[in-house]
Amino acid sequence: MPDVIKTKTDATTDALAPPAAGAPESAADGHKSQGKPRSLWGDAWYDLRHRPMFWISSILLLFLIVVAAFPGLFTSVDPRDGDLTNHFLTKPELGSFFQPDWFGYDGQGRSIYARVVYGTRASILVGVGVTAAVTIIGGLLGMLAGYFGGWLDSIISRITDIFFGIPFLLGAMVVLNAFTERKVYVVIFALAFLGWTSICRVMRSSVITAKQADYVTAARALGAGTKRILFRHVLPNAMAPTIVVATIALGGYISAEATLSFLGLGLADPTISWGIDIAQGSKDIRDNPHALFFPAGMLSLTVFAFIMLGDAVRDALDPKLR
Amino acid sequence: MTIIEETSSVPTPRSGDSDTTPLLEVRDLHVEFHTRDGVAKAVNGVNYSVSSGETLAVLGESGSGKSVTAQAIMGILDMPPGSIPQGQILYRGQDMLTMSYEERRKIRGRKIAMIFQDALSSLNPVLSVGYQLGEMYRVHEGLSRKAAKAKAIELMERVNIPAAKARVNDYPHQFSGGMRQRIMIAMALALEPDLIIADEPTTALDVTVQAQVMDLLADLQREFNMGLILITHDLGVVADVADKIAVMYAGRIVETAPVHELYKRPAHPYTRGLLDSIPRLDQKGQELYAIKGLPPNLLKIPAGCAFNPRCPKAQDICRTDVPVLDPVTEQDGTELPGRGSACHFWKETIHG
Repeated sequence: MPDVIKTKTDATTDALAPPAAGAPESAADGHKSQGKPRSLWGDAWYDLRHRPMFWISSILLLFLIVVAAFPGLFTSVDPRDGDLTNHFLTKPELGSFFQPDWFGYDGQGRSIYARVVYGTRASILVGVGVTAAVTIIGGLLGMLAGYFGGWLDSIISRITDIFFGIPFLLGAMVVLNAFTERKVYVVIFALAFLGWTSICRVMRSSVITAKQADYVTAARALGAGTKRILFRHVLPNAMAPTIVVATIALGGYISAEATLSFLGLGLADPTISWGIDIAQGSKDIRDNPHALFFPAGMLSLTVFAFIMLGDAVRDALDPKLR
Repeated sequence: MTIIEETSSVPTPRSGDSDTTPLLEVRDLHVEFHTRDGVAKAVNGVNYSVSSGETLAVLGESGSGKSVTAQAIMGILDMPPGSIPQGQILYRGQDMLTMSYEERRKIRGRKIAMIFQDALSSLNPVLSVGYQLGEMYRVHEGLSRKAAKAKAIELMERVNIPAAKARVNDYPHQFSGGMRQRIMIAMALALEPDLIIADEPTTALDVTVQAQVMDLLADLQREFNMGLILITHDLGVVADVADKIAVMYAGRIVETAPVHELYKRPAHPYTRGLLDSIPRLDQKGQELYAIKGLPPNLLKIPAGCAFNPRCPKAQDICRTDVPVLDPVTEQDGTELPGRGSACHFWKETIHG
């Protein structure tokens, strides 16, 4: 019996006689030709760079962010400066297309162009602010629930269920009614207060998947502590779905803000917001559609850009779609 | 064979390890899993020990409890559903089961490290191998990022990964199976632990790479004078690496022996069955022997000897009395050191 085994080992050890074993393997890896190493995120970035959708939405969003940050660069007109002689004035002649007042004036004689420019800030702030808050709150709770499980998971999941049961806009109205102020941060609070649940669920499920991976057990076997396992090994592998959901939801938060403002519950004068202008413009839609068209158009464009970006990110991060 | 002889002639044993307590001793370890269908008794009173520089091979079928024992030693059992109702795991005489979480964590990786079967899924896909190797130094020794990376390159060179410097920033999926297993070995080896547990380190590899990886493991073990617990179901892998073998069946050790003794004269019908099921060149054309039946259901292990339903030698006593691990002797009564068999009829098996 031992003879048989001996011959087997003899053959195999001879096969690797040169002690620089592994040289043929490295050639098979074909490493040198492919240049820089690529991780999941590296791959995703490579994929994104080759998507026109990503570039279109990025340029659009970059432009919108610049408008939001420096509205003064785009107009010198005061958006709150109403001149009733300009009541619903339009200048639709083709010649003045590149003139700011091609957008016309609203019912109180304020420049619609200036109002659209200044309204960008509120929308972008609300969108980005709510998304950030929701990702942090929902992500953290989801991560804790998914990783630790047990009673912590039960409590967090039940709270999530309760919040999930509250209709989003209806709930936001109730929250906003509790505030006398109508500032941007109040709207962010109201929307984030109700919006974190979906992120929490997505994060929880992807953390549960990631924590069962062998490399998490391996990290534990090699002496990594809970914090390190959670933030170095579980989180980076569980983040992709959350990022996708958050980017796509961003557009939805912007339109939610507009909806609330339209209903008179979100932002209010003197804050300038597309939602407020849409609400006012809609009152006289038959005779003066331009007062509605421009703020509504900008809103659609922004939401569209964010959702398009979210789609591109999802495609890049989902290996099944490659 | 030349390589092995060369390396074995230059061992560099660590000094100060002359005390007699073994490095790791498992005493009467029991592990259960509480499932919906009842209690699965995965490990039922395992005893074994490993000293510095020694290789213990734990052999057995899937479900025999060999991996669960290793997980219990490492403290990576999922509890619940798993639980350890009784037993001791002594590391240098200290019971690890009664230690605090932090104390155990400090032993993991630094003193006892583990190599896993599937290297691809055991490496984090979003971190470069250099980072993961360096993590060992950063967590346990507080090295800086830069120093850790230098150490990582050193480690990769030590496990014969070509162009280590160029590959240190690569990700696990960019390596071949054999290279990945080398990285796993490097990770386990990083802090020069006293004991390495290798859980089927070559099962996921093809045969030529298997031999390379086993040789590497054996060389490094000799170099650092580590204890090694090699968990496997491959008798061929064990033959030239192990010093002693423990054969497990249904959560118990059924036979222990120095490696060549076991191959020459098995003292348990199960071991004999395993050896007889290896294909042999001199029996070409004949039907290959197979142990009849299936491994026992751990929810209801047969009464008496767990192997009795499959054993060709089973008698009435085997169905009622659980055999204990008896020391095995020569026919004239001279002791055979390190040999034991949990069979009522070990005498007939070894000498018959």
